[in-house]
Amino acid sequence: MSENPLDNEPILVAEGVSRRFGGLVAVNTVDFTIPERAIVSLIGPNGAGKTTFFNVLLGVIDPTAGSVVFRGRRMIARPERVGFESLLWVLPAVLLGLLSGLLAEAGIVSGRLVALLGFLTLMLLVGSLLLAIIRPVWYSTALERIGIFRSARPNDMVTAGVGRTFQNIRLFQNMTAIENVLVGMHTQLHGNLLEAFLQTPRVKAEEKAAERRADDLLTLVGLHGKGNEGARNLPYGDQRRLEIARALAANPKLLLLDEPAAGMNPKETLDLVALISKLRDDLGLTILLIEHDMKVVMGISDRVTVLDHGEKIAEGTPEQVRKDPRVIEAYLGAPAA
Amino acid sequence: MSAAAASPTSFASRRKRLAEVSSRHRSWSIVVGIAIVGTVLPILAAIPPFTLATPTNAWMDGFTNAGVFVLLAIGLNLVVGVAGLLDLGYAAFFAIGAYTYSYVASPFGNSILGIKFVEVVSPDIAGLVFWPMLLVGALVAALFGILLGAPTLRLRGDYLAIVTLGFGEIVPIVFLNADAVTNGTNGVGGLARPALPIIGSFSALNPWPYYVSMLVVVAVVMMLAYRLVESRLGRAWEAIREDELAAAASGINTVTAKLLAFALGASTAGIAGVFNASKLVTVSPDQFTFIVSFTVLAMVVLGGMGNFWGVAVGAFVIYTINNVLLKVLNQFFDQVSFPILKDIDFIQLQFLLYGLALVAMMLWRPEGLFPNSRRQRELHTAMTEPGEDELVTAEATSEEGQR
Repeated sequence: MSENPLDNEPILVAEGVSRRFGGLVAVNTVDFTIPERAIVSLIGPNGAGKTTFFNVLLGVIDPTAGSVVFRGRRMIARPERVGFESLLWVLPAVLLGLLSGLLAEAGIVSGRLVALLGFLTLMLLVGSLLLAIIRPVWYSTALERIGIFRSARPNDMVTAGVGRTFQNIRLFQNMTAIENVLVGMHTQLHGNLLEAFLQTPRVKAEEKAAERRADDLLTLVGLHGKGNEGARNLPYGDQRRLEIARALAANPKLLLLDEPAAGMNPKETLDLVALISKLRDDLGLTILLIEHDMKVVMGISDRVTVLDHGEKIAEGTPEQVRKDPRVIEAYLGAPAA
Repeated sequence: MSAAAASPTSFASRRKRLAEVSSRHRSWSIVVGIAIVGTVLPILAAIPPFTLATPTNAWMDGFTNAGVFVLLAIGLNLVVGVAGLLDLGYAAFFAIGAYTYSYVASPFGNSILGIKFVEVVSPDIAGLVFWPMLLVGALVAALFGILLGAPTLRLRGDYLAIVTLGFGEIVPIVFLNADAVTNGTNGVGGLARPALPIIGSFSALNPWPYYVSMLVVVAVVMMLAYRLVESRLGRAWEAIREDELAAAASGINTVTAKLLAFALGASTAGIAGVFNASKLVTVSPDQFTFIVSFTVLAMVVLGGMGNFWGVAVGAFVIYTINNVLLKVLNQFFDQVSFPILKDIDFIQLQFLLYGLALVAMMLWRPEGLFPNSRRQRELHTAMTEPGEDELVTAEATSEEGQR
């Protein structure tokens, strides 16, 4: 390609991300940006903190410092004043309950009105609990305005446009391939409880369209005609591809692949590299890759970042990184002084 | 599996075709299925071997009671079998449904609400309230399902089971001790029986109206349950049961989805509670002990987790054995005065038999009598390839440990 994807606007910006587990600093103030439509890789020796960093980006674990901004919105940071939020859930109900209790004691209200107030208290409690669980966007924004912040959870990141695969395949083993993809499409479908009960034409059409799209996705990753096979019966390489198809089903803008070539034979690896390039070139996806297989990393990455002991020790094009003495030292040990 | 492989006859293929047709026309197949069962049962109850010990009407009454447990099993199957949430306090929602009906349909309940309804109108009119109350009972039970589920559904497996167990104990005890609003140990009596415009109020002597309404309720609940499980929400529940982290990574809000399953399961128990209360015409705390929760769970496991027809059959079989067959056995051995056996009270042995049946099931057919195909795959692969599955579990725990 003539233009350099690294010059594109960043889709994700991680600033000063740290995560410690007790005394261990797994990730130490890492700055990391991913330009749109780029393929960037994160490498490092075992225990360098790659997966921890990955899990922070995905909302699986909270960072102890720093923040992650995805498409202009702060999604992930250290939680702030979360305790107050739980107070907010119960406070209105408790206040109303106390108030109605006092009113009843004082004899201002009685009989049916007390029952009504009690019912309202209960509904208020249920309502605020539901709100806290469903967490619509307006609710989070309102909380943020008063200084309460909670990181996005994994499913929020998917809704925002981040897809992922797992280091050790985590398919829904007892479902068929196509069902796996349909589950991945969850955020794209909107059939609700009532529509499911009534089987409205809209929800039927939606399901039909979803199945067609799932078929297309399976074809895209090279699993054409294997839709009705059980996920656990697929060969290893196909399972990895199915995981990618499932991630794609949510229409992500950014795809995070955690060691996608792990355990693959050279032929499967080659196919995978072709698939990743296709995802970027044809679907316009941005891709972050964690990988041990240097053939994969050096072959397709626009940029490579190296982590060691939780710190970023090098960043640049594959050629630059390959020659970097600190990288060589991290992988092979320091030369004898 | 082996049976199908050993006799690849037209029977197997016909069965497969039947399964295909029924999954394509799900709702119709449920209506037809329930209609067939609903016709066969009265016929059985009216022919000789069955009429000897028990008259037909008593059988019909028993079938209707069994229907209450079929409803409960369908609801619990949604929670345990489909979404994989172990709920040991399911009877609590059954109780909440029953008490909800008692407030509207009994003189005592009316006095608590501060209304005069049952005393004023005739039973033929008062009983009409039963039909909307089925829905109201479902809603109230769902509300309490949400109240219990919201703080606890972040818990995993065993912890959730313990919390629900606690809730299942708390609810009857509250109904027992809150004398002022529940009439304590005595319970609430004198509930209005259901009524329909032309036939008027149902009566204790005629089991048929109850029986037919039960069939209709079971058919509707089963139809809705199937529609739900085959929708996007049902897929989300299955995904959560298989792998919660992967489900979240697929964009499913796992807490909301689990809460929904929990609330819907509770609402089914609410419906069963309203029906049961209207049939017994009285509710009291001792109807909702842990034994009920346990029995329904046993029905779900025995029938085949995840398969609504399976758990319905499981519920029917267990209920009939418990409440009819054991009695008949007692009578039979008394009559023929068989040496040792005539001194045994089979009803007292109920839980021993239960235990034996469950142990036997778990050893030989862990997926239940009529398993969900997916469950069967899961259990049988787990048995043939233990190595692989242990590995998956170990990885799952290590990744979950990071959370």
